Amino acid sequence: MTAPVAAVFDPALPWQKARSVALRPEPFGALVYHFGNRKLSFLKSKMLVAVVTSLAEHPSAEATLVACGVPETQRSSYLKALADLARSQMIELRSAS
Amino acid sequence: MTAVLPSRPTAPQRPVGGRLIDQFEYGLDAPICLTWELTYACNLACAHCLSSSGRRDPRELSTAEAEAVIDELQRMQVFYVNVGGGEPTVRPDFWHLLDYAIGHDVGVKFSTNGIKLDKTRAAQLARTDYVDVQISLDGATAEVNDRVRGTGSYATAIRALENLAEAGMKDFKVSVVVTRENAGQLDAFKALTDSFGAQLRITRLRPSGRGADVWDELHPTMAQQKDLYQWLLANGDGVLTGDSFFHLSAFGEALPGLNLCGAGRVVCLIDPVGDVYACPFAIHENFLAGNVRDEGGFQRVWQSSELFADLRNPQTGGACTKCAHFDACRGGCMAAKFFTGLPLDGPDPECVQGYGETALAARDLELVTPRSHIDHSHTGPVRGQPTLLGMPAVPPAKICDESPLAGFPGA
Repeated sequence: MTAPVAAVFDPALPWQKARSVALRPEPFGALVYHFGNRKLSFLKSKMLVAVVTSLAEHPSAEATLVACGVPETQRSSYLKALADLARSQMIELRSAS
Repeated sequence: MTAVLPSRPTAPQRPVGGRLIDQFEYGLDAPICLTWELTYACNLACAHCLSSSGRRDPRELSTAEAEAVIDELQRMQVFYVNVGGGEPTVRPDFWHLLDYAIGHDVGVKFSTNGIKLDKTRAAQLARTDYVDVQISLDGATAEVNDRVRGTGSYATAIRALENLAEAGMKDFKVSVVVTRENAGQLDAFKALTDSFGAQLRITRLRPSGRGADVWDELHPTMAQQKDLYQWLLANGDGVLTGDSFFHLSAFGEALPGLNLCGAGRVVCLIDPVGDVYACPFAIHENFLAGNVRDEGGFQRVWQSSELFADLRNPQTGGACTKCAHFDACRGGCMAAKFFTGLPLDGPDPECVQGYGETALAARDLELVTPRSHIDHSHTGPVRGQPTLLGMPAVPPAKICDESPLAGFPGA
């Protein structure tokens, strides 16, 4: 059994919330928990929660930010947050299937 | 029931954005993780037991009631619990409840003295996902450990560690409460832990439960606290602390982890009879928020108890808020202050700036420190009793303390 390897984050690719991750809404955003590696993380705004939960509906991470209405000035910090989530395997690349 | 809590503004507004630590002060919809003590029964009689465990409480939650709590935790998305006791594995349904929790998306990390971890159980645990085991050890040598935990307890723990390593268990922990007697053994603990392929976890001694009786004698000296802080800065990445040494951050650099008292905000305790306390170190009626058997269950206690609402505010008053280091240590541990008779909005008794020592010295000579009315300590002699408190095996004061039928013919 090999553990999935964290993918390098490319915002032009299609992403989704990892299948072994659960998301619990909190007043400030959400708590995310990975049942596989048992890592706990936090989404620090409701906008970021909307982005993470709707990644799967859009052709790329970039398109998700546009669809969720993330202001242009904040997009780089959202992409950084998504890159962190990819590194801790909270989000994963969506296969073409 | 009124807890004497530091002055806080009424109906505070949660800020939008900002640091997570500031959000956590206002509490969460469900705990991040919680401690659940499954039983007060224990085969040992550790001198510093924070829950004064020993004898089983007859009102202990039944298997069905414990399952209902797990169902509720699953609904609230509490992703894991720290299970302890007492010695949780002496509950006959322990292994069932472990499987039940894991089957309901509630991961379990349990603390044990290792008494039941034979080769078969170790192999079973190695096969199970979402379970973490912590073996308690309070000395890197039998001599130091057994003085506090009881004769033979070191050997029991080492045998359990051997069994887990041999079974191929991954990421199990050795859990150490740092005391004056073992503070010089941190490197030895690390080496011992590494030799089993395990991970070291060190936590703070609290004056809770029987810990109150030995705290003066066992809590680390200021010099030891300084060494511990340096050791954590050097080794912190490879060592777990349960964020319990955040008061040391006032030495300068913040330690990794959540530097905040999480009581009632992000953590709490469910005790063996279902009582919900603000934190595992605060088993006292002042910190009792409700019971899981009450209408509305655990969720209602967590979300609606008056006590927890009180705790979910940033502290704004008190001597500590005027200290330059307040943002680093946030006034320290609520339970440590309470059980040493210090005001909750004042310094931690182990304040590294020295304000705690001053406050302890300034206590009224007449002051009676608060004691919990919850005490399940063994009443008679226990096999391998800790020697820290002097000679064990004190004869019972009255012969009927040992048996209600003592002295009656035929008894």
